Amino acid sequence: MTGIPRPGLGERRTVVTGVGVVAPGGVGAKAFWSLLTDGRTATRRISMFDPAPFRSQVAAEVDFDPVEAGLGARDRRRGDRYVQFALAAAAEAVADSGLEFDDERLSERTGVVLGSAVGGTTALEDEYVVLSDTGRDWLVDPHYASPFLYQALVPSSLAADVAVRHGATGPVQVVSTGCTSGIDAIGYAHQLVQDGEADVVLAGASESPLSPVTAASFDAIKATTPDNDDPAHASRPFDRDRTGFVLGEGGAVLVLEELEHARRRGASIYCEVTGYAARSNGFHMTGLRPDGVEMSLAIDEAMRQGRHDPDDVSYICAHGSGTRQNDRHETAAFKRSLGPAAYRVPISSIKSMIGHSLGAIGALEMAACALAIRTDTVPPTANWANRDPECDLDYIPNTARELPVDVALSVGSGFGGFQSAMIFAGLREALR
Amino acid sequence: MTAVITGVGVLAPSGSSLAGHWETVTGGTSRVGPISLFDASRYPTRLAGEVRGFDPAGRVDGRLLVQTDRWTWLGFDAAEQALADAGLDLSTLDPYDVSVVLASSSGGNQFGQKELQRLWSQPSRTVGAYQSIAWFYAATVGQLSIRHQAKGPSNVLVAESAGGLDSLAHAVRIIRRGTPVVLAGGLEAPLSPYALACQIRSGRLSTLDDPERAYAPFDVDAAGYVPGEGGAVFVVEDREHARARGATIYAEIAGHASTHDGVHSVEGEPVPSRQYERAMRVALERAEVEPGEVDAVLPDAVGVPAADRAEAEAITAVFGACGVSVTTSKPLTGRLYQGGAALDVATALASMRAGVLPASSGTRVRAPGCELDLVPANRTSDVDTVLVGARGFDGYNSSVVLRAHRPREAA
Repeated sequence: MTGIPRPGLGERRTVVTGVGVVAPGGVGAKAFWSLLTDGRTATRRISMFDPAPFRSQVAAEVDFDPVEAGLGARDRRRGDRYVQFALAAAAEAVADSGLEFDDERLSERTGVVLGSAVGGTTALEDEYVVLSDTGRDWLVDPHYASPFLYQALVPSSLAADVAVRHGATGPVQVVSTGCTSGIDAIGYAHQLVQDGEADVVLAGASESPLSPVTAASFDAIKATTPDNDDPAHASRPFDRDRTGFVLGEGGAVLVLEELEHARRRGASIYCEVTGYAARSNGFHMTGLRPDGVEMSLAIDEAMRQGRHDPDDVSYICAHGSGTRQNDRHETAAFKRSLGPAAYRVPISSIKSMIGHSLGAIGALEMAACALAIRTDTVPPTANWANRDPECDLDYIPNTARELPVDVALSVGSGFGGFQSAMIFAGLREALR
Repeated sequence: MTAVITGVGVLAPSGSSLAGHWETVTGGTSRVGPISLFDASRYPTRLAGEVRGFDPAGRVDGRLLVQTDRWTWLGFDAAEQALADAGLDLSTLDPYDVSVVLASSSGGNQFGQKELQRLWSQPSRTVGAYQSIAWFYAATVGQLSIRHQAKGPSNVLVAESAGGLDSLAHAVRIIRRGTPVVLAGGLEAPLSPYALACQIRSGRLSTLDDPERAYAPFDVDAAGYVPGEGGAVFVVEDREHARARGATIYAEIAGHASTHDGVHSVEGEPVPSRQYERAMRVALERAEVEPGEVDAVLPDAVGVPAADRAEAEAITAVFGACGVSVTTSKPLTGRLYQGGAALDVATALASMRAGVLPASSGTRVRAPGCELDLVPANRTSDVDTVLVGARGFDGYNSSVVLRAHRPREAA
């Protein structure tokens, strides 16, 4: 049923024509995909600050060289690390798409929508430590602050910097719904295309949350793993012996484009965005009910938009954070939405390899879905060793699989109770 | 599908209800004063618009009070007001038929600073259990969705001051997709010592001490803006849904557009106006409204001379020289960032209902290049169509066209 015209909001359909990634284990979509399909992990002892005082001391860090990534002097000086990730990922995605923004009309019809959960938090903390004399002064002295401190407070500069780099003058937005920011930003962009507000949107998310305040925040609620002895195997989603998530960082940007616009210029199309839905659980800021109802309802709505049957789903890119409450919550949601098919669909969590980069991870997971469809390969859940009786589906243990990937579903779940689902589908049937 | 506004909640320096706000606006009373939330005497900016007399203890239960920032308390109150004003009892609705979409530029600042202080001033590197849910940008929307069992598609937008309007546009997108009720708007609580220090670094804040003159948009003496806290929350509803329950409708969200400058502003050089102008034109086109039909424009009025000139240029390009009445009340409250654009929408709705265009505040002598038709005194007039404009730091432009609801059309 993939790719047939759908009723409802009109005829405008959204496709993905470019992918750019900055992730732990390697910069660029190629390095990202090779890490994931090899089942290698990029988690390690934290090197960006001294992790010794913290309960959780592991993370998936990006080895990022702004010069190598092609950033100019201004972006290197001005940009927060998460903005730099976005600039690099957007540049790769745009180059991949073959679009050239040399026409005013195209610039006006091009938007930028990026997600981030915590924005400039690392820069805010670094500056705070200096200006407050390590917390001694409540009335911090603004005189010695970085000239870019305001951009750290208000993360709208994330999307603004990417818009300026590519000369986009269409709708620009930063979406900040915690850990579903990535999916929700791409969803917002998809709606801009559907509604005719833009023909092209650079959409994705970026995050560089690795700092003492982030470590302390998740320590305080014991959400992150205390397993510091074997960092490479610390992230164990869906495994019986999981102990919490491993923080990560990174960014991914996709070029979303209206289907006819992409066809007219002969663009190479990865896939179509066939469904997007978000629901809130109205239950708790961090807690999840084990029944997964709200996530399941988001999946149902995304499936309805795409007219997909449970049997059509080739792959699920899970939220898979590696906390017990998440893993059973989403396992229940998959069963509720897909019925018996849930037991047949291969499911994996790439957080096992690249950690949980909060607002960015949803965009990284959508990038993985686009690449899975293009390469007919699904990445595994690394570090999976012991079956959890509460999680009895096929989580693709440790080894990637080659199989036809037509319909890839991804879900996200975040603090605040946000539950989001998005579906990418290959165009092989529709466009052949 | 038509999206209408059926409820308004205001919590701002100008008042803790729409009626109170309107009284301040039509009275031309400045609510800007010396910062009282902390000792700002050593800061270059010492004035702000504060929500005075707001006692969260009576409005937020004790358990939530310790888990949330002042910013979220303001959200609880403004949302309650909006729902009460709309006459909407959410317990009668399917929870999935209600969404929350708010804009916010900075999160739970006071809470966040206290936790940073705890983290760095003590030998053990710890923060409290609620830091992870109180500071981040989505905290208020998450809390509101729990409090009101609003389980439809929610969102949180960060486009500096333009986001207050973008939240209404996104509410329209959500309603178009079948969710009939959306709480939308914007709120800020940017008056903590560290957050103020951050804002000062933007170079756009006024450092004057005279509350009457510190924030003077379009004026020869314009010297930046005074920050403020608060904002407005709206019940946005599918018109058919509102009619079916006999709701009183303020206005229709007739059109919206957002654009980006696509360039960084460079200090000392003119601020670009073309894309802002385009945001206004496209919003009017989408609303199917001719510039001549617009009764008033509520501008961004940031009070930074180059930006004021750019805004005047954009308005003049769309409406002609002094082609439309322009009025701002931002100097009375300070600039509430995303909350300010939302508050301007509240002002527009009150103005439509009262049939009065309020006097524009803050401008005594128009600066060269700012030759706008600023409303000189409160004027009785039919106010049917209003364009609200907002610009966010770093190139964001938004524009919303509101059309008053005429009861006779409902028949």
